[in-house]
Amino acid sequence: MEVLCLGLSHKTAHVETRERFAIGDAHLGEFSSLLAQAPGVREAVVVSTCNRVEYYVAAEDAAAAHRTVSDFITEKCGHAPVAPTFIGLKSAEGIRHLFRVVSGIESMVLGETEILGQVKKAYLAAQTAGATSRTLNKLFQRAFNVAKEVRTKTSITRGAVSVGSAAVELAEKIFGKLDACNVMVLGAGETAEMTAKALQSRGAKAIFVSNRTHERAVALAEMLGGRAVHFDEWEREFDAMDILIGSTGAPHAVVTSAKISPLMTRRQDRPLFCIDLAVPRDIEATVNDIEGVYLYDIDALQGIAEQSMSVRRNELARCEEMIERHVAEFSQWLAVPHHGFGGTAGMHPEGAK
Amino acid sequence: MERAFLVSSTLCFLAGFAYSMYALGAKVRHPSRWNFVVMLLGFAFQLGFLRLRSGAVGRCPLTNLFEVLVFLSWSVVLLYFVVGSTYRLSLLGTFTAPLVFLIQVVAQLLPAASVAPVFKKSAGFWPELHAAISLVAYGAFALACVAGVMFLVQERHLKRHNLNSFFQDLPPIANLSVAVQRLMLAGFVLLTVGIVAGFFAGHTPAATIALAAGVWLPYGAILVMRRTHRFSSRRIAWLAVVAFTLALGTLGVLSLFHLGN
Repeated sequence: MEVLCLGLSHKTAHVETRERFAIGDAHLGEFSSLLAQAPGVREAVVVSTCNRVEYYVAAEDAAAAHRTVSDFITEKCGHAPVAPTFIGLKSAEGIRHLFRVVSGIESMVLGETEILGQVKKAYLAAQTAGATSRTLNKLFQRAFNVAKEVRTKTSITRGAVSVGSAAVELAEKIFGKLDACNVMVLGAGETAEMTAKALQSRGAKAIFVSNRTHERAVALAEMLGGRAVHFDEWEREFDAMDILIGSTGAPHAVVTSAKISPLMTRRQDRPLFCIDLAVPRDIEATVNDIEGVYLYDIDALQGIAEQSMSVRRNELARCEEMIERHVAEFSQWLAVPHHGFGGTAGMHPEGAK
Repeated sequence: MERAFLVSSTLCFLAGFAYSMYALGAKVRHPSRWNFVVMLLGFAFQLGFLRLRSGAVGRCPLTNLFEVLVFLSWSVVLLYFVVGSTYRLSLLGTFTAPLVFLIQVVAQLLPAASVAPVFKKSAGFWPELHAAISLVAYGAFALACVAGVMFLVQERHLKRHNLNSFFQDLPPIANLSVAVQRLMLAGFVLLTVGIVAGFFAGHTPAATIALAAGVWLPYGAILVMRRTHRFSSRRIAWLAVVAFTLALGTLGVLSLFHLGN
């Protein structure tokens, strides 16, 4: 039995091409089932995300299966899968590719973990549709174990790799859970909006937006489901704030130590996390010296993101070493003839034919 | 056999500490499970020691400084299990293991450690309750001190923008601050119960009462002033460290005093 992977990804195709071959979540099981019934194919799992569309099949003859899968894609998508956009990987190469994909090594953002959930969903859809049997069941289960091992034994998924996620990570290291945190956005910049959204997605309680042009504050507040505050009134809301994002176009500091120091004494030991995304900076650097205030400017946040990415890149070799060990083990298992095929009748795709 | 139990538990805590340091250095994630297993094993050995020792001395094994220190380290580990699981402060084990290891090494280096246990008639329920509860209170103060150190380390990381792997493993400062305050409160309540039991025990020397008050009053003052003077979490963390250092000194003096009597 051989394993074949035929697919495209963000590395080989632009989004216009990827969307032509994309398959909706609702059809993944159906596509897997139909492909598993095609001539020369024993088992199939179809994975489709915004960054990749991949067909994993188990077959006696990989070359023949390659032709079958190509014909299947042409028939279903109306476009032929041609190289170099589509890449065909067989046996150890295909196994290695799957292990790398689920570990986040092949992702656009190195080490992202969303892909594991997406592959699990695709596999479950295929399994439910009766498109998998012994080989692919074993392969995908092994892949999920590899992903777990890589995630827990290396730092490949560690740290924040964007300004927004760095801000969220820091906020969580200060406050723990963010569900009791109120966020004040000064200004209406795009990075501030993304950062506020990132905090909101992690449970931030309320978002307040204050801008010199009040209409822009209202528009952004509406978008974030928050409340707009007049720019000359933002200090009145200070006591309720936990996270302050500076993103105005002001030529001088809007938030100064002289302003913050007396306000901090009223806060009953509640820390304040200041995120300064503006250039020129909105928040005076000396604010970080005030007890209970933690200030990070755009350079500091970008530095964190770059540092995390560098840590992840440095972990690549260790991840690949782990993956190679599993590829060798699985290839060995696959090479034993009686293991290759012969799953239980209920799971056997032939049985569904 | 009794000594074997004690040495084994000391080695367990050393192993827990060493593994945590290795795990942090090698960037291995989730070292808490190993920490937990090693701490649990060390705790079991401690129990074995205390069981045999209490049989030998015929009462709660708090008859000399050596036994007091072992009982104290057992209390710290006991509270680590309670607090660690409650607040999920997995790295607490990394900081607790060296403290417990150190206390047990000091205990075993004491001259009293080599002296065979002397069977004494039980002093009665109240005196034994007083001693045992007071030591568990010291355990809570010790753990508050550990959480305080963790808070100060993490706070420094945040202020200095130093986000190394140690920062990633340490819990949020908000959780550490809560842990410090709750542990100090728990220790204070336990110590109060211990002191009350001491009064029931009768014949309590004035020096003992003065030394107990020397620990009870600072912690009480910290807890009250936290509210009245709105002490910051950072200050509370520092005070937890300073107060425990003082308490440990008082415990030493107290044990020597009892030994003298």
